[in-house]
Amino acid sequence: MAGSFKLEGRWRTQKEPTMVLSAADKSNIKAAWDKIGSHGGEYGAEALERTFMCFPTTKTYFPHFDLSHGSAQVKAHGKKVADALTLAVGHLDDLPNALSALSDLHAYKLRVDPVNFKLLSHCLLVTLASHHPAEFTPAVHASLDKFLSSVSTVLTSKYR
Amino acid sequence: MVHFTAEEKAAVVNLWARVNVELVGGEVLGRLLVVYPWTQRFFDNFGNLSSESAIMGNPKVKAHGKKVLTSFGNAVKHMDDLRDIFAELSELHCDKMHVDPENFRLLGNVILIVLATHFSKEFTPQVQAAWQKLTTAVANALAHKYH
Repeated sequence: MAGSFKLEGRWRTQKEPTMVLSAADKSNIKAAWDKIGSHGGEYGAEALERTFMCFPTTKTYFPHFDLSHGSAQVKAHGKKVADALTLAVGHLDDLPNALSALSDLHAYKLRVDPVNFKLLSHCLLVTLASHHPAEFTPAVHASLDKFLSSVSTVLTSKYR
Repeated sequence: MVHFTAEEKAAVVNLWARVNVELVGGEVLGRLLVVYPWTQRFFDNFGNLSSESAIMGNPKVKAHGKKVLTSFGNAVKHMDDLRDIFAELSELHCDKMHVDPENFRLLGNVILIVLATHFSKEFTPQVQAAWQKLTTAVANALAHKYH
């Protein structure tokens, strides 16, 4: 099969992110997401606020937003981000397909520079760590970091 | 040179006073090695790093983590003077240890995450921003003498 290779016994196409989420990673990610429960939107908004405050350059993508604390626009956008991640958690074996529309959006419309995904991912981790310190063990931290990295890779995969 | 406002300094110093350097240092370095396993490349002589529990319990990791975070404590005391404070360590990390400065950024972010687990709601976006600025400045100071 052209454009394919074998990794850990499975045939994969080159379109797949090359970072592999292990069974343990998937289990950690799902458990963490269950723990988040209905707080997804709240955490999404908090992560965005942290990102804007810690990395002011990220605000350049939101000139049309009220970015003050408690902003309704940031709250709504935080929920969008959280919902997308929830979708991703439900499709860990098939992220490129599940996130295909979002990938198109980021590539052709939003065109957020790839460096910014790392910044938001970091602030998502800080948010989760601060709200659920007991569950945020090193292994869970590693799995979530890999998860967000995989999602980021998919979202920037069609950039060029 | 990075300028820290009075509020930023206060946010940093206030939190640092309550950090158990020995405990947190070990945890920070341990997490770096767990979350970014390629960073283990610098620690071939540390013994067993084969699993999360091995790494987090490894006495050499704890000892070295304490050393690293103690040095960070020096940064907290000299936030206006980071380049000078870290000049020698910068040369050391370049010439003797051959550490890619990207690792300083990774470590800085792990410090923030560990602080978030310890201080929880107190680790507000504003507090994080002050600490983010400090870890970035320390990483840059440590990279300054690279050639």
